[in-house]
Amino acid sequence: MAIFTIQVLNSLLYASVLFLIAAGLSLIFGVMRIVNLAHGSLYAVGAYVTAWLVGRGIAHGVPLGWLFLLLPVGALSVALIGIVIEPLLLRPFYRRAEEYQLLVTFGLLQILEDLVRLIWGGTPLSADTLMDALPILHVGGLFYPADNLLVIGIGIVAALILWAAIYHTKFGVMLRATSQDRRMASALGLNVGLVYVVAFGIGCFMAGLGGAIVVPTQAAVLGMGVDALVIAFVVVVIGGLGSLKGALVGALVVSFVRTVGIQFFPELELAVLYLIAALVLLVRPTGLFAETA
Amino acid sequence: MTTSEASSRRERPLLKPVAAGASALLVLILVPILVDTYQLQLLTYGLIAAIAALGFNLLLGYTGLLSFGHSAYFGVGAYTVAFVVGHLGPHSMEFYILIGVPVVAITSAIFGFICVRHTRIFFGILTLAISQVIYSLALKLFWVTGGTDGLRVPRPTLLLGLVGFSGSHGFEQFIKSYFYYVLGVFAVCVILMWVIVHSPFGKALQAIRDNEVRARFLGLRIRRFRWIAFLVSGTFTGVAGILWAPLNGLTTPDVLYWTFSGEIVFTALLGGFRNFTGPIVGGIVFTYLKTYAVATTEYWQLLLGVVLVTLVLVLPTGIVGAISRAGQRFRVRSSTR
Repeated sequence: MAIFTIQVLNSLLYASVLFLIAAGLSLIFGVMRIVNLAHGSLYAVGAYVTAWLVGRGIAHGVPLGWLFLLLPVGALSVALIGIVIEPLLLRPFYRRAEEYQLLVTFGLLQILEDLVRLIWGGTPLSADTLMDALPILHVGGLFYPADNLLVIGIGIVAALILWAAIYHTKFGVMLRATSQDRRMASALGLNVGLVYVVAFGIGCFMAGLGGAIVVPTQAAVLGMGVDALVIAFVVVVIGGLGSLKGALVGALVVSFVRTVGIQFFPELELAVLYLIAALVLLVRPTGLFAETA
Repeated sequence: MTTSEASSRRERPLLKPVAAGASALLVLILVPILVDTYQLQLLTYGLIAAIAALGFNLLLGYTGLLSFGHSAYFGVGAYTVAFVVGHLGPHSMEFYILIGVPVVAITSAIFGFICVRHTRIFFGILTLAISQVIYSLALKLFWVTGGTDGLRVPRPTLLLGLVGFSGSHGFEQFIKSYFYYVLGVFAVCVILMWVIVHSPFGKALQAIRDNEVRARFLGLRIRRFRWIAFLVSGTFTGVAGILWAPLNGLTTPDVLYWTFSGEIVFTALLGGFRNFTGPIVGGIVFTYLKTYAVATTEYWQLLLGVVLVTLVLVLPTGIVGAISRAGQRFRVRSSTR
């Protein structure tokens, strides 16, 4: 029973990180109709920045509790990158064919991956001191780090805030209006350019936050972004690209399948995930929770 | 218009590409006299990349479907060769091709059947997801595929075992002969693809690309056309993978990973996917570009990324597109003068 609880918690932990990545990807697609191939790399940047900041903090003798404040800082720095990228690189492509949008974000992926390597080198960067700062819980005779619960909590809170922001604020109305009909929104006097920058910034913030909260439990390594992107694709394909609820359900499905897979069929675990995604695309092309466009 | 005029007009378009192709082939045949083994090996890689991009472009340029999973067919071709080496008989290149081509054709037929149910962005994601199934299998089933170590592919004999390579100068000889071998396959592929895109089938694909609804009204069975295009496209890219494995001497899961698909897309765009020759030029240029970037800097991916972004921003029609446009402008200017 204890093992079962821990496995459930583990998959919830993975689900909350995945949700943050996938929700950002989905939000960006929903609003600007761009599939951002560099999204995983932005998640990796969030992880690296946070791990680096925590390392600096420890070196300067910052008390452990305060170090947790560096997590949102890491996420914010990714949001800043996004705010620079959107007007500079993506804006010229909204009127052009999808192929070009995919390619420019693929180029961005290559640039970001190597910039990470250029800045932080090839050695993994960890912030596990944060994990040690929190107590270890006992779950029926087994140990479980409280930090994982914090990560799950952050995932849940982020989901709630995002949901509230999109469906219960004025900005959310503007966001959804722009998403549904960009030209009409613009004609009604909305500053579409601003909505786009903010939406992209929020999406990047989510990716960065995903990276920030993952880094106490596992080190930031090269290639983590590229791997994360394909899994995030699986999530949004299952849930439906552009849907927040879909990202949540997709993240839960993927993380539970993965946890079960690692337990029972470790060789096929990844293949099964991709097969599920392909199956969903075949049966319900727009995903399980797609908002009818 | 008299009949002789009409017929000459019909014939002339064929004359020009045949002349251009023949002279390009002649130059390529003469290359081994001029350059050393390393350059020749590089050019062989370039020709293989050109075949892969040529196949890929039947989907992107002529059918209007952007596949982000063509690494799968390249990789399946390469791994098939490695399996044949490991488990089946003769180390003969013809044997590899004989086994490899049906395997990649069947693979792309099955995957294509699934993928062509979608278009646009979902097609891209679906091809990517399915290619990653193959990748993760190659990665995880290490007792069959060697995992990340990959599988070794020794030098095969060419032309039904007539040309073998051993002894002290085996490598140089192999590269030289293999260049001609690849060049031969390349020429066949180019001619085949030329015939395909100029056939009624190719015209139908272009009609579907330009206006799907109108093409359906004309009675074209759109999904079947797309499926066949996918099959042909995957098979061409698979042939590139088959040729690549013995030259590289090793197949690793890297060629199945989705970023390799991205490189194929990059290649086609670099040359220009709206032209027939674009992917060919792109394949060769990309190979040199990547080799140069890897040799000069540790951060070659950064360099390639910057090139890609600039390319998409300022040169969306690729190298060939830009050259032909410049040529047209020049012609217009000289004719007005």
